[in-house]
Amino acid sequence: MRFILGFIGIVFAGVLLISLITGLSTYFSNPPAPLAAEEFHKAPKPLHLASDGPFGHFDKQQLQRGFQIYSEVCSACHSLKLVSFRDLKGLGYNDAEIKKIASDWKTQVPSINPDTGEAATRKALPSDNFPPPFPNEVAARAANNNALPPDLSLITKAREGGAAYVYSLLTGFQSQPAELLKKFPDAKTPPNLHYNPYFANLNIAMPPPLTTDGQVTYAPGNPKPTVDQMARDVAAFLVWTAEPTLENRHAAGIAVVVFLLFATILGYLAYQQIWYEAKRAVRVTGPLEPQNQAKTRRAKAKQGVAG
Amino acid sequence: MSFSWARPYEPKHPLMRWLDERLPLPRIVYGAVGGGYPVPRNLNYWWNFGFTAAMFLAIQIVTGIVLAMHYYATADGAFNSVNQLIMRDVNAGWLLRYAHMNGASFFFIAVYIHIFRGLYYGSYKAPRELVWMLGLVIYLLMMATAFMGYVLPWGQMSYWGAQVITGFFSAFPVVGEPIRVWLLGGYAPDQAALTRFFSLHYLLPFVIAAVVILHIWALHIPGSGNPTGVDVKDERDTLPFHPFYTAKDGWFVGLLLLIYAIVTFFAPNYLGHADNYIPANPLATPAEIVPEWYFWPFYAILRSFTFDFILPAKLWGVLAMFSSILLLFFLPWLDKSPVRSGSYRPVFKRFFWLLVIDIVLLGWAGGGAPTPFRNAIGQICAAYYFLHFLVILPLISAFETPLPLPRSITDSVLHGEEAESAPAGPKPRRTKTATAVVE
Repeated sequence: MRFILGFIGIVFAGVLLISLITGLSTYFSNPPAPLAAEEFHKAPKPLHLASDGPFGHFDKQQLQRGFQIYSEVCSACHSLKLVSFRDLKGLGYNDAEIKKIASDWKTQVPSINPDTGEAATRKALPSDNFPPPFPNEVAARAANNNALPPDLSLITKAREGGAAYVYSLLTGFQSQPAELLKKFPDAKTPPNLHYNPYFANLNIAMPPPLTTDGQVTYAPGNPKPTVDQMARDVAAFLVWTAEPTLENRHAAGIAVVVFLLFATILGYLAYQQIWYEAKRAVRVTGPLEPQNQAKTRRAKAKQGVAG
Repeated sequence: MSFSWARPYEPKHPLMRWLDERLPLPRIVYGAVGGGYPVPRNLNYWWNFGFTAAMFLAIQIVTGIVLAMHYYATADGAFNSVNQLIMRDVNAGWLLRYAHMNGASFFFIAVYIHIFRGLYYGSYKAPRELVWMLGLVIYLLMMATAFMGYVLPWGQMSYWGAQVITGFFSAFPVVGEPIRVWLLGGYAPDQAALTRFFSLHYLLPFVIAAVVILHIWALHIPGSGNPTGVDVKDERDTLPFHPFYTAKDGWFVGLLLLIYAIVTFFAPNYLGHADNYIPANPLATPAEIVPEWYFWPFYAILRSFTFDFILPAKLWGVLAMFSSILLLFFLPWLDKSPVRSGSYRPVFKRFFWLLVIDIVLLGWAGGGAPTPFRNAIGQICAAYYFLHFLVILPLISAFETPLPLPRSITDSVLHGEEAESAPAGPKPRRTKTATAVVE
């Protein structure tokens, strides 16, 4: 049987060797062409938010600014399907404010006309989720050059880089570098797309949403609404939409870690205590027996004299 | 169960005596994980991971049952039930979900260390072959459960992972495609597949728990192995499981829970893939389809076959991937060396560490987008994997001269005055000098 198994092993290894050789020879005889998306793609810029780190908590002032950007800018195209108006309590709004935000929301919620039974719409309630700007995917694509604006509820968890990616993307719009066009003449950004080195394939369908400083008017006492500041604020808001329980998680985490640390130290001390005898007295004739210990002492003394 | 000096159960409380006469459940527990199970006294910390794995199984079952109360197994509702209902609205739902998500990873971490410990110390050798094989059955069941659990949130990686993995069956000629369609209940993963995956994902953990009981039962016939690989000779070689190993496992479990808690509370998505927060979309293939980290080495083996040598490359990949696990069932007969512990096998030891590096590299090769360099590393490592188990290991066991073994466990524990308080691993070279000093 061992010969059969050994033979199977050699066959697998042999086929892998053939795969390796053919793969390498293809690579060297016909090396893959470099891609603009590989060479000019950039990793997200670092972004520090109050919610970072194990002690991080939300900066509610910033979240409210971010929510303002979402409602005035992003919500024209992007839905926030998993978030409901009542969740805005986490941003520091009170019940009356939430009720007003919901009923003033620009899109209404589908409902049924109570008299005729026909399809109708009604004002949103705090218990409703944010109604999407387009009734369905076809409508969304039709209004956006056949591109589908993704739902933003989980966007900071659904993209590598999270909030830093959102911030970099929003501030990363620029004209295509001349260097890129020189090296890859075919990689010119197509019409209706926009060059952005933080986007995976460099050309994004979304036009720059935050274009000028002061595009949104912040309430007094807030920082100046520069493009950079607005991008930071909306990224912070989208961290909250993706993870509204983050503060609970951090608080519970610290309590659990402190408890476990304490319990583990106690457990370790109990373990030391229980094993104390077992680790020392292994057998009656062991080196800890008085006569053996005396022997060892004598041997050591002798060595000391000799040395 | 195992040794003549094992303490019999003596109920002290009249109620326990009454119970013991009618249903001797306490007696069984006492003999299995209580004072009635003598364990070699020289176990090192690599022996703590079996207990840890059992604890993670318990965590998975408890969190999973509660999650199932809030989860909708429908193609329309699954994603939202996880990402809105459970993560936002259920009380502490985020904790249940993240604990379950990361619990799977930590279950695999514990089991992988447990398996490598078995490989190094020869735990698969006689008389523990069945312990090893039952362990492999648990591992296979875990893989199936983890895969089906990953499909349930119905994100992009869930959907495309299901597509790729059920696609293995279509690699087999003629019967493959009909089997795939039958298993999925359709031509692509959809409602039918999701409901049956949910049903099986709920069932299999209990099957795992049952096989764990068989695994422990089979282990307790010969008793636990130990780092020297020398058989237990008399009572001095053992300590009762309780309180000695319950205390040792107890604090060590605390340590692992600490690491688990840090990941669960402060980096819950670190081990996952961002794409699984995008709802499943059958019309948009993700840029890269990658399984969870614990499948990366096998995914690398699958992808490494790129050349149609007689059979199609995909079939080679699928056969090799299944073989890479099935061959472990033959391990007790592939490694014929009578010495169990790798500590006394100088040649085996070197190849063991080479295998560890090989599997880590395979994981790296399987965990990223395929580039020519990554593929080449994957192919070399996959070839070594098969050669290691099927060719090198039988040859080593035929030609290697092992180091002299200690006469008994107790002997090896007393390896020297300065280290005698530590019943650590064997230090064969020191034994001579230690006895010289004593005598």
